[in-house]
Amino acid sequence: MRMSKLVRTGADLLYPFALIFGLYIVLHGHLTPGGGFQGGAVVATGAAIVIVAWAYEDIAEMIRKVTMMAQESAGLLLFIGAAILALGFGYAFFYNVLANSGGLFGLPVAFGPNPGELDTAGVIPIMNIAVGIEVWGGLTIILLYLLSGLKKEEGT
Amino acid sequence: MIETLIHVLVIAGLIISALLVYWFRDLLAATLAAGVFSFLISLEFYILQAPDVAISQAAIGAGLTTAIFIIAIRSTSQYEGGGS
Repeated sequence: MRMSKLVRTGADLLYPFALIFGLYIVLHGHLTPGGGFQGGAVVATGAAIVIVAWAYEDIAEMIRKVTMMAQESAGLLLFIGAAILALGFGYAFFYNVLANSGGLFGLPVAFGPNPGELDTAGVIPIMNIAVGIEVWGGLTIILLYLLSGLKKEEGT
Repeated sequence: MIETLIHVLVIAGLIISALLVYWFRDLLAATLAAGVFSFLISLEFYILQAPDVAISQAAIGAGLTTAIFIIAIRSTSQYEGGGS
């Protein structure tokens, strides 16, 4: 069962913008308000609009259950991997080994009021990205399972 | 002064939308009124300088909860009291 053509077209138009805005919140989590959970929830809202507007058979190809489950697991594994990385360097669990190291996300933070540099903060952006991927998959798969149960209900 | 006026307007909108959720017999309209309530309360969080909470409230409250309610209404009846 689909909604009207107006709702479907509006959902298709809004989906890429919600995706981009959510990923922006995730990537700038260490500079601006928001972070992994908030950005992932915004992205999942964009997916929810499409899921509500279309029937399950139409979006089953586009938003797959397997992909969302893999995203959830990959996000959690990346988070715990970033925490274990510090153990490999001989520091405590969750120690920020990448900060001020000059490598990935390793620039030193400028002193005083400044617009903010994206390439700082070490391990924190990686954990934000991990949480963002995980929340995206987790919240979307709840809606997908709700909608697929609805399809069976109407079939009988 | 301006800030107090905005507070009063937002809180009046909150009370009105909460009363509309109780008042509507059409469950789809009641769900949309609940979405308006969530949006207004996220605006109030932003005015009270908690933009972090405001983003969460706008995404979860106004987006995902409304979507879950709409899916639930689709599989059951649209009007209160059992008549379809």
